[in-house]
Amino acid sequence: MKHTLFEKILMRHTGRSAITPGEIIETAVDRVMIHDFFTPFCFAKFEEMGFTRVWDPEKIVLVYDHLVPTSFVSDSRHHKIGDEFARKHGITRVHRADGVCHQLMPELGYVTPGQIVLGTDSHSVTYGAVGALGTGIGYTEMAAVLGTGKIWLKAVPTIRVEINGTLAPGVYSKDIILQVLKDLGADGASYKVLEFGGGTIRNMSQEGRFTLSNMSVESGAKAGLIEPDSKTLEYCKKYISPAGLKGLAADDNAPYEKRLEYRAEELQPLVACPYNVDNVKPVKAIAGKKIDQVFLGSCTNGRLEDLGIAAGIVKGGKIHPNVRFLVVPASRDIYREAIRLGYIETLVQAGAIVNHPSCGLCAGRSNGVLTNGECIVSTNNRNFYGRMGDDRVEIYLASPATAAASALEGKITPPRAEADGTSIDLQ
Amino acid sequence: MGMTITEKILARAAGEQNVRPGQIVNARIDWLMTNDATTHVSVDLFKHKLKHPRVFAPNNTVFILDHNVPSETVNTTRVQNIMRGFAGEHGCILYDGEGVCHQLMVEHHVNPGQLVIAADSHTPTMGAVGAFGAGVGSTDFTAAMVTGSIWLKVPPTLRFELKGRLRPGVYARDLILTIIGDIGSDGAIYKTMEFGGPALSALDIDDRMVLCNLAAEAGAKNGIIAPDEIVSRFLAGSGRAVSAQDFLQSDHDCTYEKVYHYDLDKIEPTAARPHFVHNRAEVSVLEKENIRIDQGFIGSCNNGRIEELRVAAAILKGKKIKPEVRLIISPASRQVQLAAMREGLTDIFLQAGAMVVNPNCSVCWGACQGVLGPGEILISTGTRNFKGRAGSPDSFVYLASAATVAASCLEGKIADPRKYDGKETK
Amino acid sequence: MKKNEVFSGRVILLPDDVDTDIIIPTQYMTLSAIKEMCRYAFSPLRPELAANICRGDILVAGKNFGCGSSREQAPEIIRELGIACVIAESFARIFYRNALTNGLLVIEAAGLAEHVKEGESLTVDMKENLLITTGGKRLGFAQIPSRLMEMIEAGGLVEYYKELNGVKP
Repeated sequence: MKHTLFEKILMRHTGRSAITPGEIIETAVDRVMIHDFFTPFCFAKFEEMGFTRVWDPEKIVLVYDHLVPTSFVSDSRHHKIGDEFARKHGITRVHRADGVCHQLMPELGYVTPGQIVLGTDSHSVTYGAVGALGTGIGYTEMAAVLGTGKIWLKAVPTIRVEINGTLAPGVYSKDIILQVLKDLGADGASYKVLEFGGGTIRNMSQEGRFTLSNMSVESGAKAGLIEPDSKTLEYCKKYISPAGLKGLAADDNAPYEKRLEYRAEELQPLVACPYNVDNVKPVKAIAGKKIDQVFLGSCTNGRLEDLGIAAGIVKGGKIHPNVRFLVVPASRDIYREAIRLGYIETLVQAGAIVNHPSCGLCAGRSNGVLTNGECIVSTNNRNFYGRMGDDRVEIYLASPATAAASALEGKITPPRAEADGTSIDLQ
Repeated sequence: MGMTITEKILARAAGEQNVRPGQIVNARIDWLMTNDATTHVSVDLFKHKLKHPRVFAPNNTVFILDHNVPSETVNTTRVQNIMRGFAGEHGCILYDGEGVCHQLMVEHHVNPGQLVIAADSHTPTMGAVGAFGAGVGSTDFTAAMVTGSIWLKVPPTLRFELKGRLRPGVYARDLILTIIGDIGSDGAIYKTMEFGGPALSALDIDDRMVLCNLAAEAGAKNGIIAPDEIVSRFLAGSGRAVSAQDFLQSDHDCTYEKVYHYDLDKIEPTAARPHFVHNRAEVSVLEKENIRIDQGFIGSCNNGRIEELRVAAAILKGKKIKPEVRLIISPASRQVQLAAMREGLTDIFLQAGAMVVNPNCSVCWGACQGVLGPGEILISTGTRNFKGRAGSPDSFVYLASAATVAASCLEGKIADPRKYDGKETK
Repeated sequence: MKKNEVFSGRVILLPDDVDTDIIIPTQYMTLSAIKEMCRYAFSPLRPELAANICRGDILVAGKNFGCGSSREQAPEIIRELGIACVIAESFARIFYRNALTNGLLVIEAAGLAEHVKEGESLTVDMKENLLITTGGKRLGFAQIPSRLMEMIEAGGLVEYYKELNGVKP
């Protein structure tokens, strides 16, 4: 029997040599992540359930990122509850202001290829980019996992997304995933796994791959997997050896429910228009729309590469006076490296407001919320009613390049390729 | 009879030869400034109640967004947009998230001898460059936008004679907290606090801003230091060369209501306990009380400049703050933010586990960033520590120097910074 | 929810793609109790709705109900408001799981919306797996696997584990 990457990971964990599609499988979990938004709820349920000890404190990671820095009087309570639970149960992996959870998990080696890692957050699918089965669960179910170390998962079908060829200048992984979301729709991968592959992916940086996996959940996917390879090994080298990648590939002719195939050359800068993530149009179709704010950050696009692309575009210029350009690096290490490489200086000189790593405006409760009538281009992952303040704020989701180009012009603008067709230079 | 520097500035602004304390004058304003804490109120008065067509001097009217940046609620964004819209409509100068208002005014605009009125209590900061700066409310601010001038009662001047030199680990912040501890939060009500004396030659622009800024917390109308070489150099460096010949000074035969003497050699690291700025305590005493802290803050119009960041970096370099303590550092302006990165200070802060946020009022203002929960304790370089200042009415704020804040975050409790090497990181 | 129960409720109609940011906007998620959050439920879409929900009401929604963020407050609030069940053309998977975890009855059934109006009564027959409208239309829905029904009938995952761990009621 042939198997998809998703099935292979499940088989690895359960010692099974075959999996029947549709089976419900109970499996051990390698690591869990709980962030500060849900610490009070999760730990209250844990107590209520009658558990007295966690299954393995080494396998639990707490990340404070949604409420960092605290914006309201009620915020620090979430951190205090997290700290107390950690103390009580001997959890040492607590990250209080180190960045966004989904960036830290692979960055710090808390998730490695082939693992099963759960988070109290829908964008836990990000971990699929290192070939791990990452998925989001609610805080009550997480409480049960804290007590038992196990979860039940349905062996769902996989949709294969193949991208081959070379991306045109100004086109990035964010544009790829927006195209996929347009084609699948907001529920097109509901109860399925997305598996990304093809030459374009193999040539793509690990950071670029995180963006793809991250947004797979916007089509309803359970996971967004990418076969780990030498680039993954390089990214995770502190935490795994080459042997760790063995067997982590779908079989040739694995039984995919559906195949989506793309030629990278045919893709263009895209934007998800209000008020749905699958309401995707070419940037040039709505270019010229005036904007009030731009946000560069989040677990989707707050990485070093993203900051570098934006810095390259704004360098030497000034952000449009009517635009507030908010920049939030996704982790402490990314922030430091971006400073070292001069990206942050370039962004500040151009007029950006650069803030400490956190979820920032993506979490939508503070950090630059907007009123009705305002419009923002953002590199995050959702644009529903009320996502960033007032209920009819217009949120256009785009790549860092489109975001930076728009910030300069004061209106939605596609990124410009250099006249000779080469990519926009990083600094 | 001679005049003090403050009297001279007011006389000039009022077109008078001579003014006396207690006299009411009508003064022409050189710089009018407001920030996002209250501008919407002034705009409402101007547009809807007075229905006035234009701002008197838009090129000298400065609108600065600094208190809630980035905005933390939809309502805040609404009032900020009112401010932005008005500034655009009337051609006023607008700074949108570049830094703390008083810092930007000193960095970019205010010259010695000028009269600065702003809708913010810490406008006395302008005294650091030998200007008169006073805070007013929204109505007065609106009137000033209409007429370009303001009625002012000439304040009597309290003179603070400073001699000696601050010892290592002791800063201008400790000095001003000591002074306010001595005279009380009402010790300079309606008066000018004029700082001078031989110690001045070792007090740079940053130190002078620290002193003049916190004069507001003793009730002063303005704080001021007569400009000198140090101010000349600062202005030249900021691209605003002003001839020193024009510098106003207090006359030898001017009248001071009272003269206080301070020997800087004797100043100790000082803090203000909750919930009053005059509630002074020496840090060495507080250290013995083992006061556990939840958060530290380095920033604000009082203490967020490169000099303070250097001091903090020297203490934090190569070390880590206590894991459960939050340390928020906000450079007071874009300029400071850039300098901190170039000097490697931001990297030191990040390595130590601190948060380095954007330039804004931040924790000092108690909204937006680093808001305290019930029962939490903050040690801060901000300007005030009234009940509820930093968030929950059941939280506690200690005011101290950047050095004390840094040391305290390393130890997780209020700590004397002098045990750490106090040398600045250059 | 009792086994094989037959119950009726007033219909509240919702569109496709109702995401969890709509069900409970982020700014209210740090309120200290679910009860306090209830009044803001669905506010970006229908600000008046939460105050007008009565115990026993039935939500009838389109496709992809509960998409977006994994915030479990979404089904908790719906349950706290007294909604008897949510019937949707399809559910987003994290919401579906969270609903079961919270003992909220969720039924997937296509084609119901065209046969009901807001405010009308709808009958749900858990024994025969039928939805019966006031107009007499009868729509079947797939049998909910017994393992999942057990969780709903127990009142949710917390109740399940309380029993397992011997926590006294």
